[in-house]
Amino acid sequence: MFTTLQVLLLQSWQTFFIALRALRRNKLRSGLTALGIIIGVAAVVAMVAVGNGAQASITKQVAALGENLLTVFAGSKRSGGVSSGLGSASTITLADVEAILREVPDVIAVSPEISSSAQAIANGRNWSTSIVGESPEYLRIRDWKLAAGSMFTEREVRSAAKVAVIGSKTALELFGPLNPVGQSVRVKNIPFVITGLLETKGAGMAGQNQDDRLIIPYTTAMKRITGDRYLRSVNLQIRQADRMEIAQAQITSLLRQRHRLVAGQSDDFNIFNQKDIADTVSAVTGTVKLLLGAISSLSLVVGGIGIMNIMLVSVTERTREIGIRMAVGAQPSAIQLQFLIEAVTLSLLGGLIGVALGVGISVFVGKAGTFQPVVSAESILLAFGVSFVIGVFFGFYPARKAAALDPIDALRYE
Amino acid sequence: MSAPVIQLRDLAKTYQTGGVSVAAVRGVTLDIRRGDFVAVMGASGSGKSTLMNTLGCLDQPTRGNYLLNGVGVAGLDRRQLAELRNRQLGFVFQSFNLLARTSALENVELPMLYAMPVISRRERRQRAIAALARVGLAERHDHFPSQLSGGQQQRVAIARALVNRPELVLADEPTGNLDSRTSIEIMGLFQELNASGMTLVMVTHELDVAAYCQRIIVMRDGEILRDTRNENPRSAAAEIRALDQAERRASHN
Repeated sequence: MFTTLQVLLLQSWQTFFIALRALRRNKLRSGLTALGIIIGVAAVVAMVAVGNGAQASITKQVAALGENLLTVFAGSKRSGGVSSGLGSASTITLADVEAILREVPDVIAVSPEISSSAQAIANGRNWSTSIVGESPEYLRIRDWKLAAGSMFTEREVRSAAKVAVIGSKTALELFGPLNPVGQSVRVKNIPFVITGLLETKGAGMAGQNQDDRLIIPYTTAMKRITGDRYLRSVNLQIRQADRMEIAQAQITSLLRQRHRLVAGQSDDFNIFNQKDIADTVSAVTGTVKLLLGAISSLSLVVGGIGIMNIMLVSVTERTREIGIRMAVGAQPSAIQLQFLIEAVTLSLLGGLIGVALGVGISVFVGKAGTFQPVVSAESILLAFGVSFVIGVFFGFYPARKAAALDPIDALRYE
Repeated sequence: MSAPVIQLRDLAKTYQTGGVSVAAVRGVTLDIRRGDFVAVMGASGSGKSTLMNTLGCLDQPTRGNYLLNGVGVAGLDRRQLAELRNRQLGFVFQSFNLLARTSALENVELPMLYAMPVISRRERRQRAIAALARVGLAERHDHFPSQLSGGQQQRVAIARALVNRPELVLADEPTGNLDSRTSIEIMGLFQELNASGMTLVMVTHELDVAAYCQRIIVMRDGEILRDTRNENPRSAAAEIRALDQAERRASHN
């Protein structure tokens, strides 16, 4: 014997075929109605994929700054109300760097940085580039690799040797396709021997070209290029991500103490935390993603209204059919189920095609654009779930209207 | 003898239309026994359609009692009425009322889709095929209504009315849209069904058509005016035979 549930399931199954047949009979209309949902779902899937892709791409850029990176910038120099920007003030010295290494145990690598711009001459060509003084640990801190040659050594730093590693862009401008390693490059009339060629890193967070530079020992830079004993900044690598905050606090209090800043006086340096930047960026991209999702969900609602509209028309048009079905003994609930299933089938069908379209758009954007959209299983499931809910929600009222018809009136309807 | 299929006791139906109450049926008492073939006649507005709707459990009376096969209908809700229609009643309409773009077979299967307990797909098919064979349309399973003549469409509708093995078949002007020969054929089919024990109630305004029935009820102003037995009903089968012979003679000459 059948249980009530089995009867209900069997009837739903039969009703599903009745509904499917009704949709097949009106292919063009069904297609157009589903189009609203198709566009909505495609928009949601594609937009979320684009948002995810953009987020992943930006996160990758932030990670490319280096792992667990803290950068201490000298404060900005002010003269007559004009602020000259970070690193311009003469506040951080090598003694500060040594103190940090000594006092803050979580610092595992350090690279004092001096930066200047100068004309580099080699191979009969010249090119204006950034001359950056660093320590050999800089590459490890920035997670940067050499394409050829090797980094200058600690000994070369101590002796302020005239050696350099060259960025890929600078190398291309000066040497073209030639291997620059072992070549000589002159900066401010000082000849440097190129020991290594950097891998291409791409644009930095601020859009600057990180590959257009010449990295030399910081000692050499201080002695021969800037002639200055102050640093622009210090790059520090911290042992673990969860020690970043503590290290930052320790460095802050250490430097305040060393610079004899009293309470109430503002810092004469700034500390940039790579994790902070990453968090900010992910918060921003998260918001953008949410916004994209929300806007495209609106089109889903519009699609749902389209379904409701067509279902109402359909109920009116098929009043006589409803009358016939009722006359031969269809329960009001069976009529309601039939129209509800029609609406849900329409919206789920739209959802299915919409997912395919959305994935297609994402692939296309990936081929055409600069980053790869990431289609997530969640967004597909969500789009499906939402189109089901829309079918039920917007199909409910027309279905109820159909079920509430009086059989006599419905049979008489012309 | 078993209880009548239909027992009406002082049945009345009053409509409220725009604040005016219209008494369509005013106190009808009537028994219809199993195996009867009844014509309900009357001018338009006589209340015969309202009576049929009530008999067909499409509508509820406002007063009185209606026992269908011994079970009281008054007070049942929409669900229960639907179940009664599905199990005990078959309908034949003037305008056939088949589902368009749906094959003859599927039209006949329709009442079984709503049957409780569920009828398997296979049994539905078998019963629909049998019902179509019974009305002489064994070869027309896959035709859509638009591909069938009026008489054939009405046969499909009759097959649909029979397929759930009802107690009673109600026909509302079943020959109203048919030519005279087809009308006779349809009446012949009804007479055949009646001969095999089916109870039939038919609304018509044509005396010619009512003459095929065993009992003729005439209504006027919502009441039964006359209720007579037709001792000498016309025989559709004999008339068709005569028509065929006439036709053959005509083609010989």
